[in-house]
Amino acid sequence: MPDEPTPISAEQVQHLANLARIALTPAEIEHLAVELGSIVDNVRKVTEVATPDVPATSHPIPLSNVFRPDEVGDVLTNEEALSGAPDAADGRFRVAAILGEEQ
Amino acid sequence: MDLTRLPASELAGLLSTGEVSSVEATRASLDRIAEADGDLHAFLHVAGDAAIARASEIDQLRRDGRELGPLAGVPIAIKDVLCTNDMPSTAASRILEGWIPPYDATVVARLRAAGMVPLGKTNMDEFAMGSSTEHSAYGPTRNPWALDRIPGGSGGGSAAAVAAFEAPVALGSDTGGSIRQPAAVTGTVGMKPTYGGVSRYGAIALASSLDQVGPVSRTVLDSALVHDVIGGHDPHDSTSLRDPWPSFAEAARAGAASGSLAGVRVGVVRELDSEGFQAGVRQRFDEALALMQNAGAEIVEISAPNFEYAIAAYYLILPAEASSNLAKYDSVRFGLRVTPGETATVEQVMSASRGAGFGPEVKRRIILGTYALSAGYYDAYYGSAQKVRTLIQRDFAAAFAQVDVLVSPAAPTTAFRLGEKLDDPLAMYLNDITTIPANLAGVPGMGLPIGLAPEDGLPVGIQLMAPAREDARLYTVGATLEALLHESWGGPLLDRLPADFGRSAARESGQPDHLVPAPGPGTEPDGGTA
Repeated sequence: MPDEPTPISAEQVQHLANLARIALTPAEIEHLAVELGSIVDNVRKVTEVATPDVPATSHPIPLSNVFRPDEVGDVLTNEEALSGAPDAADGRFRVAAILGEEQ
Repeated sequence: MDLTRLPASELAGLLSTGEVSSVEATRASLDRIAEADGDLHAFLHVAGDAAIARASEIDQLRRDGRELGPLAGVPIAIKDVLCTNDMPSTAASRILEGWIPPYDATVVARLRAAGMVPLGKTNMDEFAMGSSTEHSAYGPTRNPWALDRIPGGSGGGSAAAVAAFEAPVALGSDTGGSIRQPAAVTGTVGMKPTYGGVSRYGAIALASSLDQVGPVSRTVLDSALVHDVIGGHDPHDSTSLRDPWPSFAEAARAGAASGSLAGVRVGVVRELDSEGFQAGVRQRFDEALALMQNAGAEIVEISAPNFEYAIAAYYLILPAEASSNLAKYDSVRFGLRVTPGETATVEQVMSASRGAGFGPEVKRRIILGTYALSAGYYDAYYGSAQKVRTLIQRDFAAAFAQVDVLVSPAAPTTAFRLGEKLDDPLAMYLNDITTIPANLAGVPGMGLPIGLAPEDGLPVGIQLMAPAREDARLYTVGATLEALLHESWGGPLLDRLPADFGRSAARESGQPDHLVPAPGPGTEPDGGTA
């Protein structure tokens, strides 16, 4: 890991925003690029102590094989599942076209 | 008698003997909300008539001679991060504005089953991302001790509601301190249980390996009573522990009755008592230690060298998990949908909806998490952060081999001013320095008030931590300390809450410089906790 500050470009932020599916304004992108650079500079200190001999912890209290009986539980009805949908038709969620005109 | 001033434990006693009805208690809380919440904005939704109707049902059940739980008829406020099938559940985000979930969170279902009366939904930082409640899409909550100050975050609404006597108790959620830090800056009690001790089902997820739901109250016993209601195994949450839990209320009562800490080994975490902390915070903390020592506790200094890396690890793990959890707000199944033109594809609709529906802090953390999980950065950032998590757990294990509980100030400063850190995300993040290690390790932590800082007259809190699964120990030690403090003060700290919510303090906000906390964690980007 290099020691110099981590510049994050506007192009990088735009790319990350595309991956995260968040439309950002040019002003937001510019602002985020500066902020992210400074945040990343601070959080990178984790690399100072994360030596190869230290195992990773993904979960504070590990549990294994959490199973339940394979029985139909108390689940939502179709109407309940659709109750908050912005748009629905024929008992299903309705969305805009998956493919654009040029695709 | 002003019913709103009673702790839940005392109100419950009057309810059980029939001296007070739940309708009277609920009406008193709703009247207090109507009186105070214009200043505070602790609530995003007030249940109103629905609360009265529920209270009336509980009163009827009692008249019918039905056996009711110890908190039946007691009103409770619910953080808006928890799903309620009869009230909007927005996590203070525009993207969920008006959304009424088709189901209750397990904790909500349990408190309803216990006969508690939901008063409404409390304000918070959007998706629980923040330490001040200023990141709510619906406007900030103000601190009842001084209206120009933050009530802490993310659960500032629950803490302010309880501090200002709008509700006797509340529910919160704590991912990096969102129950304990608001408790510290509002003079209230808050408990983050052992990870897995309380169900997360129906708690709108921020960072699933860190989130934990817990109680907010004015007394240690009240938190214990609520914890007894909401805790225990839930098959709907695969991270829920199957452990049998003792009665936390009994643990708290035993602690309050004993008045002694003889034989209790109390570890002071050197890394969480930095010289950069506000002077009045350190003074009250030292006094609390002396009080504990006089009551027989053995005070031991403990070093936890890897706590220095906790904030850095947290601000990689949290955004990484949040970027994944918040992918569900895709404008398909619930929430806001923004359509940018008739020919827009579903992906363009998603991006536009998320761009319009998320606030700046949420966007910042999702983008940061997406970065931390990107190919080429994953091992260096997210992978390293997970290793730091192991090191912090080892520090806790070594500490708890020497002591029974660990203590630290619950927050580095008293409540800061609204707007003071809003434009400086790093300064805001550093405010969580004392509370984050417990979340990374999954251990329980409690915040409780230990006095007012001499320099600004604002509440100071202590944090108690215990090994995983030893929540009862915190209730016992916490209740003993609380009883000792009440004895020395001649009553609870909240008796000193300004009747006008510190309006005069707000008017004098052009304060002399010496009232501004010295630079340190929370004000310097480097954290200052070498």
